[in-house]
Amino acid sequence: MTAITAAPSAIRVRGLRKAYGDRVVLDGLDLDVAEGTVYALLGPNGAGKTTTIHILSTLLAADAGEVSVAGHDVATDPGGVRSAIGVTGQISAVDKQFTGEENLRLMADLCHLGRDEGRRRVAELLDRFELTDDAAKPAMKYSGGMKRRLDLAMTLVGRPRIIFLDEPTTGLDPRSRRVMWQIVRELVADGVTILLTTQYLEEADRLASRIALLDHGKLVAEGTPSELKRLVPGGSVRLEFRDESQLDHAEALLGGARDEEALALNLPSDGAVHSVRAVLDRLDAAAVAVDALSVKSADLDDVFLSLTGRREGEEVPTP
Amino acid sequence: MTAYVVSDSATMLRRSLRRMRRYPSLTFFIAVIPVVLLLLFAFVLGGTMGAGLGGTAVASSRDAYIAYVVPGILLITAAGAATGTAISVAMDMTEGIIARFRTMSIARSSVLAGHVIGSVIQAVLALAIVFVVALLIGFRPTTGPLEWLAALGLYVLTSIAIVWLSVGMGLVTDSVETASNLPQILLLFAFTSSAFVPTDSMPGPLAWFAENQPFTPIIETIRGLLTGTPVGSTAIVAVAWCLVLTAIGYLWSRRLYERIPTQ
Repeated sequence: MTAITAAPSAIRVRGLRKAYGDRVVLDGLDLDVAEGTVYALLGPNGAGKTTTIHILSTLLAADAGEVSVAGHDVATDPGGVRSAIGVTGQISAVDKQFTGEENLRLMADLCHLGRDEGRRRVAELLDRFELTDDAAKPAMKYSGGMKRRLDLAMTLVGRPRIIFLDEPTTGLDPRSRRVMWQIVRELVADGVTILLTTQYLEEADRLASRIALLDHGKLVAEGTPSELKRLVPGGSVRLEFRDESQLDHAEALLGGARDEEALALNLPSDGAVHSVRAVLDRLDAAAVAVDALSVKSADLDDVFLSLTGRREGEEVPTP
Repeated sequence: MTAYVVSDSATMLRRSLRRMRRYPSLTFFIAVIPVVLLLLFAFVLGGTMGAGLGGTAVASSRDAYIAYVVPGILLITAAGAATGTAISVAMDMTEGIIARFRTMSIARSSVLAGHVIGSVIQAVLALAIVFVVALLIGFRPTTGPLEWLAALGLYVLTSIAIVWLSVGMGLVTDSVETASNLPQILLLFAFTSSAFVPTDSMPGPLAWFAENQPFTPIIETIRGLLTGTPVGSTAIVAVAWCLVLTAIGYLWSRRLYERIPTQ
């Protein structure tokens, strides 16, 4: 599964550990993000995605491990890291009392762009993020999608070479999400490196050239989307049942993941006829009646299921 | 990175001042409480309180009390401005913008410096409003311009001390509501000082506390500089208190700022 990366690493993480008291959040994480690529950290809530972003962006100190971002060590040279990165976190990082333009001007001033250069950059970003018409409105009157766009525009003012996006599309409507994806693709085309976290498998699949699957602070899988899908050759078989007792029987017999609402059971499977028949034979032998059956080709959801035993998006019990 | 301390602090100050310009009502409200207190003490309590002061050359006891109470009211104005500081710091901290600042290559101290300088300017504006009202109801400084300037200087020093303490209060709380309540503690200090009555009219332990807490020497010095009562060594004590409180507020705030939780 080790990939040969020709480009130098923009981000290199070795043995990253972080715990809050007894609660281990990151348990020896290794990552390599090649320059000019999109890398996705995928995992459920509590997997350690945001903590990773916080450590990599100098907001949080690690307990152990080596982290180098753009060639700078986060522990010994946080200033060097900060001058190379841009961060758009989960919580909106705009000044709500100021207009979109004022927010961008503030960033231009803090990036020490100079008056003319700053003005040009602000106008350019307002235009690119379709905010020109609302530039003079206070950000508190912006919609969720606009606020997110402004947030990302603010991150881009200083032309960072490495950008961290923590769940950039959570809570956005489908149209805003597509706009966000388009912007990410354009940035990468310009040679920017992007590390993003997401709970959406589709998002990771569409944007990232490599994906790290995180669970309980550990890497459970890493590779290109197609490499990950190959881990679960044929996808899954979904069995639907008439009532709960049948579902219970089937689960006891076959394992898999329950879908309580639909009274269904999802089983990782290669989807081949003989293995589907084998499943049905076992149910027949135990006199469990199947209402409906469908075979699904592999997607990242199945990868997640087979590697963690849970469906993506399922809550992790918090200790 | 530190090469930009001045320009980054100036940028952050512009941010504070722009916010003040956009919401002038906050500065106004900061001045309202001391003005109301001033009017209350002058016209409701002033007659009786003034008589209690005793041995004064001023004709009416109410005028005597106005002359006595104005310096204390000015200090309350500085304390009131602190509420605004704590609120705006807490607002910054509860919103994501602080995480953005902390991941940017800017002078770390500039974020707090912008709040502090902005708040001191706001405190001076509030002082101007309160002082005009004091003049309108008959307060007359009896000293010269040099003393007035010295009084203004001490007011600014006091504001810096109080503002740094309230930056800490804004950082230590996790909600804007708590942040707006914490600085009320300062009012308690004002009431247990020589702001409204001379400390020797208080019972033993309280009088001791009143004489030895920071507000009393500051008020006594401002009183002396405005109305000509003897100042003496209290001025040194007042300045020393300001410096000590500034140092405490600054170190406390910096410590809190460095370890703000990121979520």
